[in-house]
Amino acid sequence: MSNLLTLITFLPLIGALILVAFLRGSDAMAQLNAKRLALLVTTATFLLSLAVLSGFDPSNPDFQFVEEGEWMAGLTYKMGIDGLSLPFVMLTTFMFPLTIYASWGVETRVKEYMACFLLLETLILGVFTSLDLILFYLFFEGGLIPMFLIIGVWGGKDRVYAAFKFFLYTLFGSLVMLIAMLYMYWDAGTTDIVALLNHQFSYEGIDLLGWHIVGGAQTLMWLAFFASFAVKLPMWPFHTWLPDAHVQAPTAGSVILAAILLKLGGYGFLRFSLPMFPVASEIMTNFVFFLSVVAIIYTSLVALMQEDMKKLIAYSSVAHMGFVTMGIFAANQQSIDGAIFQMISHGFISGALFLCVGVIYDRMHTREIAAYGGLVNRMPVYAAVMMLFTLANVGLPGTSGFVGEFLTLVGTYQTSTWTAFGAATGVVLSAAYALWLYRRVLFGDLIKESLKSITDLNAREVTVFVPLVVMTILLGVYPSLATDLFGPTVEALVENVHSAIAQAAGPLQLAGR
Amino acid sequence: MFTAILVLPLIGAVIAGFFHRFIGEKLAMVIPTTLLFIACALSWYAFFTIQGHEQSIPLMRFITSGDLQSDWSIRVDQLTGVMLVVVTSVSALVHLYSIGYMAEEDGKPRFFAYLSFFTFAMLALVTADNLLQMFFGWEGVGVASYLLIGFWYKKPSANAAAIKAFIVNRIGDFGFLLGIFALYYLVGSVDLDDIFKAGPELAATTTGFLGYQVPAIELICVLLFIGAMGKSAQLFLHTWLPDAMEGPTPVSALIHAATMVTAGVFLVVRMSPLFEYAPGAQTFVVVIGASTAFFAATVALVQNDIKRVIAYSTCSQLGYMFVAAGVGAYEAAMFHLFTHAAFKALLFLGSGSVIIAMHHEQDMRKMGGLRHKIPLTYYVMLAGTLSITGVGIPLLTLLDTPLGFAGFVSKDMIIESSFAASSSVGKFAYTLLVASAAMTAFYSWRLIFMTFHGQTRADRHTYDHAQDSPNTMMIPLYVLAAGALLAGMNWYPEFVGHAEGEWWGSGIFNAAGNQVLHDAHAIPVLAKLAPFIAMLFGLGLAWQMYIRKPHLPARLARQHQALYLFLLNKWYFDEIYEFLLVRPTKWFGRFLWQRGDLGAIDGFLNGLAMGLVPRLTRYAGRMQSGYLFHYAFVMLIGISFLITWFAVTGGPQR
Repeated sequence: MSNLLTLITFLPLIGALILVAFLRGSDAMAQLNAKRLALLVTTATFLLSLAVLSGFDPSNPDFQFVEEGEWMAGLTYKMGIDGLSLPFVMLTTFMFPLTIYASWGVETRVKEYMACFLLLETLILGVFTSLDLILFYLFFEGGLIPMFLIIGVWGGKDRVYAAFKFFLYTLFGSLVMLIAMLYMYWDAGTTDIVALLNHQFSYEGIDLLGWHIVGGAQTLMWLAFFASFAVKLPMWPFHTWLPDAHVQAPTAGSVILAAILLKLGGYGFLRFSLPMFPVASEIMTNFVFFLSVVAIIYTSLVALMQEDMKKLIAYSSVAHMGFVTMGIFAANQQSIDGAIFQMISHGFISGALFLCVGVIYDRMHTREIAAYGGLVNRMPVYAAVMMLFTLANVGLPGTSGFVGEFLTLVGTYQTSTWTAFGAATGVVLSAAYALWLYRRVLFGDLIKESLKSITDLNAREVTVFVPLVVMTILLGVYPSLATDLFGPTVEALVENVHSAIAQAAGPLQLAGR
Repeated sequence: MFTAILVLPLIGAVIAGFFHRFIGEKLAMVIPTTLLFIACALSWYAFFTIQGHEQSIPLMRFITSGDLQSDWSIRVDQLTGVMLVVVTSVSALVHLYSIGYMAEEDGKPRFFAYLSFFTFAMLALVTADNLLQMFFGWEGVGVASYLLIGFWYKKPSANAAAIKAFIVNRIGDFGFLLGIFALYYLVGSVDLDDIFKAGPELAATTTGFLGYQVPAIELICVLLFIGAMGKSAQLFLHTWLPDAMEGPTPVSALIHAATMVTAGVFLVVRMSPLFEYAPGAQTFVVVIGASTAFFAATVALVQNDIKRVIAYSTCSQLGYMFVAAGVGAYEAAMFHLFTHAAFKALLFLGSGSVIIAMHHEQDMRKMGGLRHKIPLTYYVMLAGTLSITGVGIPLLTLLDTPLGFAGFVSKDMIIESSFAASSSVGKFAYTLLVASAAMTAFYSWRLIFMTFHGQTRADRHTYDHAQDSPNTMMIPLYVLAAGALLAGMNWYPEFVGHAEGEWWGSGIFNAAGNQVLHDAHAIPVLAKLAPFIAMLFGLGLAWQMYIRKPHLPARLARQHQALYLFLLNKWYFDEIYEFLLVRPTKWFGRFLWQRGDLGAIDGFLNGLAMGLVPRLTRYAGRMQSGYLFHYAFVMLIGISFLITWFAVTGGPQR
C-alpha cells in the first residue's frame, strides 16, 4: 500500500463527509448512528496506523512511506514520515477513538460535533504527515477551524470570548510564519520540506532598520516560526489563551487540545526551527531556556492557586511544555528524546486528567474545586484512576511522566546547569499543586449534600480510561518502546545541527558551550 | 531467587489491590502476608550465601537514550543482602501484625496492597544496580508512604501530613536528581559500577555548577546527600516525619522507623566509593547527622504523644547512622541500621499494642500503671528500651564480641568511630552523640515509666478493659524482641568485628587510608565508658522525675517555660517554614496569576492585539458561524498569496 499515509490522513475526512452528506434526521437513532460512525472511522484509522507502525523501520532516520505527486497550480503533494512524526501520528490516531467514545453523552448537534472532530483528526494528521511547506501550512492553519467551532459551539458560557482569544492569538503567529515561509521559498526555490532540510539558510549578520541582527536571515525566520509555535505550545508569556480555551471547551475538546494540538508547536520546533535554522537556534538557546524555566516555575505557582480544576490542569500543561521547549533547544540526544517523550506522555496524562474532570463535571456540572470533597467515599474506582494520573502528572518514576522530565533535565544539565536547576524545582512545585488538588477533590469526609448520590465510573468511562492507564504505565516501565522509535532519527538530527553550528562557529565566533 | 524476592511483594500488592472482590477480605490479607514470609525466607537464605557470589542480574531494559542506558536489574552483594533481610523481615512481621491491628478497620485490602507495594518499591531501591532504578524505588516508597500516611483519608490532619511528607521528600529528591544529572554529565553512565570506577578520577576534577567551578566529587556527594536528608528526615528536612505518625502504627514501624527512612543511610553507604574521596561532603554528613541526633533527642524529651516520642527517637538514631557513614565507618552505620530496624520496629509495634489496649489513646499523660494490665506488651517494650538505651557490660568482651543488647553494641560502635575519626568534626560529633545518648535513655525510660508505671491516669473504663493483644500481634513482637536483645552480639564479628572486610566484600568500599573502624576498637577507656555513663545518668534522671517525684516535671516545665515551649514546639521549625516558605509561595502564586497573567499579560496583549475581541463578542451576541469565515478568509488570503507567488515565479524549480 503505497498510499497508506494519504489513506490514514483522509479517512476521517471521508467519515465527516459521509456524516454531513448522508446522515439525516436528528432523532436519537440518528445521533447514535453519528456517534457509531465516528467511532468506527477513528478506530479504523487507528488500526491502519498500526500498519504504518509495523512497516516503519526505526533504524532508518530518513523519511519513509513517501508519496509524491503533482497537485494544482504547480504545487506538489508530498507526504512521508520519519521518527519525529510517527510518534505523533500514533498519538493522534490513538487518542481520537477514545475521545469520540468519551463524548457519547453529547446531545446537541451530534452530527456536526462528530464531523468537526473527524475533520480535526484529518487536519492534525496532515500536519504530521505532510512534507510540503504549503501542505503543512494548510493543515496547520486549517486545524484551527474545527477547534474554534468546538469551543465556540459546544463550549461553556464564556465560549465566544475564549474562542476568539484562541483564534486571534494563533492567527497572529501564523501570519508571521507565513511570511517566513514565503521567504524560504524565495530563498530555496522549493517548498519540499526534505529539500529545505538540506538547504542552508544564510546566517550572515544583517543590519535592519539600524539594528544588527546576529544570525541574519536564519534568526529572522526562526523568530517568525517561533511566533507561531510558541503560541501554539504555548510558551510563557503567550499562554494565557490556553486556560480560557480549556475552561470553555467541552471535555473532548480539552482532551484533544491538551493531548495533541499543543504538540503541533513542539513538532514545529523539531521539524523546522532546529534543523532548518540551527545557527539561529544556537543563538536563541538561552532565550528559550529563560522562557522555559520561567514557564515551569511561574505557571506551577499559578496552578497552585487555581480554584477551577480545568484551569489548574491547563496551567500544569504549560509548565510541562516548558520541559519540552527546554529539551528541544538543549539539542542533544537525551534532551530531544526527552522532549518527544514528554509530549507523547503528556498526551496520555493530560488527556486522561481532562477526562477525569469531565467525569465529575458531567455529574455535578461544576469545575470549581471547592464544590467537591470526599469523592473517594463514593467513587473508589474513579479515585484510583485519578490518583494514577495525578502521580503521573507529578512525574513519578514508573509512569511515563517521569521519563520525559528526566531525559530533558539530564540533557539540559549538559548544556546549562542553571536551566536544569531552575526547571527541576518544577519537581517540587508540581507535587504541591497536583496533590493539593487531589486532596481537595477526593479526600476528606463527604459532607456536601449535593455529592451524596454521585456515582462511580460506569462501564463506558472505564473503557475509555483503561487504554490510557495501560499506556502510561507501559511507557513508564519500558520507555524503550517509544525511544527506540525516534532515537535514531533524533541522533541524525542532533548530528546535523551540531555540524551546522560547528561550521558556523568560525565566522560567527560563537563561543563553544 | 532474587527475582522472586523482588516480585513476590508486587504480586501480593496486585492481588490485594485488584482482586479482593473475588477472593474476599481475609484472603486479601493472608495471601500478601504469606508471599512476604516466603520472600523473607529467601532473603535470609541469600543473606547467608551471598559472600563470594556477588553478581548483577539484568531483567529488562529501562530508560535508554543515546549513551544513557539503564536496565531493570538486581545488584547482589552483601550490602543488598543486609537490606533484603531488614526489609523483608520487618515487612513480613508487620504484615502479620496488621492482620490483628487492622481487624476493626475498613479498607483492609487497600492497606495490605499499599504495604506490599511499599515493600516492592523498597526492594527495587535496595537491589538497584543503577541510579535510575534506585530513584524509581526511592520515589515509589515515597508514594507508598504518602498513601499510607493518608490511609485514613477522612482525617484532614492525615491528608495534610501525607502531602507534607511527599513534598518535603521531593525537596530532597530535587537534590538527588541534580546529583544524578551531574554524575551522568561527568561519567557518562548511571550504572553503579561505572560510577564507582570513576571515583578517583572525579576527585581530581572540577565542574561548573550554577556559574561556579566546584570539585566534582564534593558537588555530587552533597547533592546525593540532600536526597538522603529528605528521605531520612535529617535536620531542616525532618519536619514531615513526626507528622507522618498520622498513619496507622504498623506503617510507622515499617516505613517510618525500620526501612524507608533508612534509605538515605543506605544511599550514602552504597555510594561509599564516591564519599570516600569527598572529605568536604563527609564533613557535611557528620555535622548534619550529629546535629539531627542532638536536636531530635531534645525534642523527644518533652513530647507527650507516645508515637511522637518514638518518631523523634528515630530521627535521632538516623543521625547516629549518618555520623558513622560520614566518618567513614560505613559498616558501623549499617550495623546500627540493622539493629535499629529490630528495636525501633519493636517499640512502634509495642506502642501500637498499647494504643489498641487504650482504645486509640496516644497521649501518655492519660496512661500509667499499664504493666499490670498488659504485661506481655510491657516486657517486649522493656526489651526494646534496654536495647535502644544501650544496656550492656562495657569494656568486657567475649570472643572479641562486646556483651550487651543490640543497641548497646551498635550505637557504641558509632560513638567510638566518631571519636576515632580524630578530626575536629569527629570530636564535635562525639560530644553531641554522648549527650544524645543521655537524652535517649531519659526519653525512652520516661516513655516506659509514664506508660506502664505509677498510678494510672487513664479513665476507669478504658483501664479496666485494657488487655494484651491477640497472638497475630504478639508473635511479631516476640521475634523482634529477640532481635533487639541478641542481634548485636550475634552479628558483631561480621558487621564490624574481625570478619568484616571479607564479609562485606565489594559491598562497602574503604579508601586506602581509612582506618576508622580499626581505630575505633582501640580508643581510650574513658571515651569508651562515656556513653554508658551518660545512659545511666539519663536513666537515673528519668527514674527520679517520673517514679520518685512525679510532680517534678510539671514544676520544671513551669520554671523553665520558655525552654519547655521551645522543645515542645519542636524548635518552631514548622512555624518558621510556614512563615518563610509556605505563605510566600501561595502569595506569590496568587500574585503571578492575578497581576501577572490577568493583569500584565492579558492586559498588554489584549490591549495590543485583542482590543477587538470585546467588540467582536458584543456583536456576536451568540455564536454565529459567520465569524468563522473571517478566519477561513484570512487563511485563504494567505494561501492565495502563496499561489500567486507560484504563478509569478513559475512554480518550484527542481
